[in-house]
Amino acid sequence: MKLVVNGEAVDSTATTLADLLAELGKEQAKVATAVNEEFVPAGLRAAQALNEGDRVEIVAPRQGG
Amino acid sequence: MPAFYGKCISSRLMLGTAQYPSPAILAEAFRRSDAGIATVSVRREAGGEQAGQDFWALIQELGVAVLPNTAGCHSVREAVTTAQMARELFDTNWIKLEVIGHADTLQPDPFGLVDAARRLNDDGFEVFPYCTEDLVLCERLVEAGCQVLMPWGAPIGSGLGLNNVYGLRSLRAHFPDLTLVVDAGLGLPSQAAHVMELGYDAVLVNTAVARAGDPVAMAKGFACAVEAGALAAGADPMEPRDMAAPSTPVLGQAFL
Repeated sequence: MKLVVNGEAVDSTATTLADLLAELGKEQAKVATAVNEEFVPAGLRAAQALNEGDRVEIVAPRQGG
Repeated sequence: MPAFYGKCISSRLMLGTAQYPSPAILAEAFRRSDAGIATVSVRREAGGEQAGQDFWALIQELGVAVLPNTAGCHSVREAVTTAQMARELFDTNWIKLEVIGHADTLQPDPFGLVDAARRLNDDGFEVFPYCTEDLVLCERLVEAGCQVLMPWGAPIGSGLGLNNVYGLRSLRAHFPDLTLVVDAGLGLPSQAAHVMELGYDAVLVNTAVARAGDPVAMAKGFACAVEAGALAAGADPMEPRDMAAPSTPVLGQAFL
């Protein structure tokens, strides 16, 4: 299935957001997520189904002003 | 000392965390200045990169309050989603709300800002809106539930100082009890002292410190200036006058 993860095309077998994070090695990382511009809390990632073409954002803490 | 949504912070200086030459210099700038709040952001983490995790460890070591921002957001939706992600990441209801309306000046979009502030306040956030000094906008933000306002001094990163002293003074007069912070555009400690002399509660600086040749010294300079300005504001300053008035007693002067 083709997804767009952080703006880049990704081929994935993940069917949920939690699967995708595991596939990317980020299941333990301090990250926050959104799918198609909607925030998905950590507790709902396993229930968040992914569909062809979904746009996933995975963000981490970063410097800011 | 200023209170932000009921939380007292023992410093009137807030520092951004971007653009420092190194993490070590960033940490030392915080230590030397005793800044009480650090602004941070959320950004995409590519591939196997761990920069975000390392940065978070550094911030935790500083032991300061964390204020995440929605920098770079140009729409209400972007800003709200970013705020929600930041709340989970940083485990705080505080959000420095930026909804940018103009690419060149990074001027806030006042309409989007009020809309986003209302939504976030309704959702339990404690919103620190990055705004202009426009009085009507600020009234709308307060009506939306904001207990802190962060008007700009000048465009972000410009170092121009206070472009509208009258507007900032007027804002302070209209909201005597609200926590007011000048957020952007400061370049020198003297400008920060001026902010405090106007009766503001705190200043937030980033570029002026991080891009200085010696960020640690500049951070300390801002800390001293903020303290000086706050002391002056509390000391009931004299009224300026047009004519000279001798300070040395005239009485008893020798006739020569």
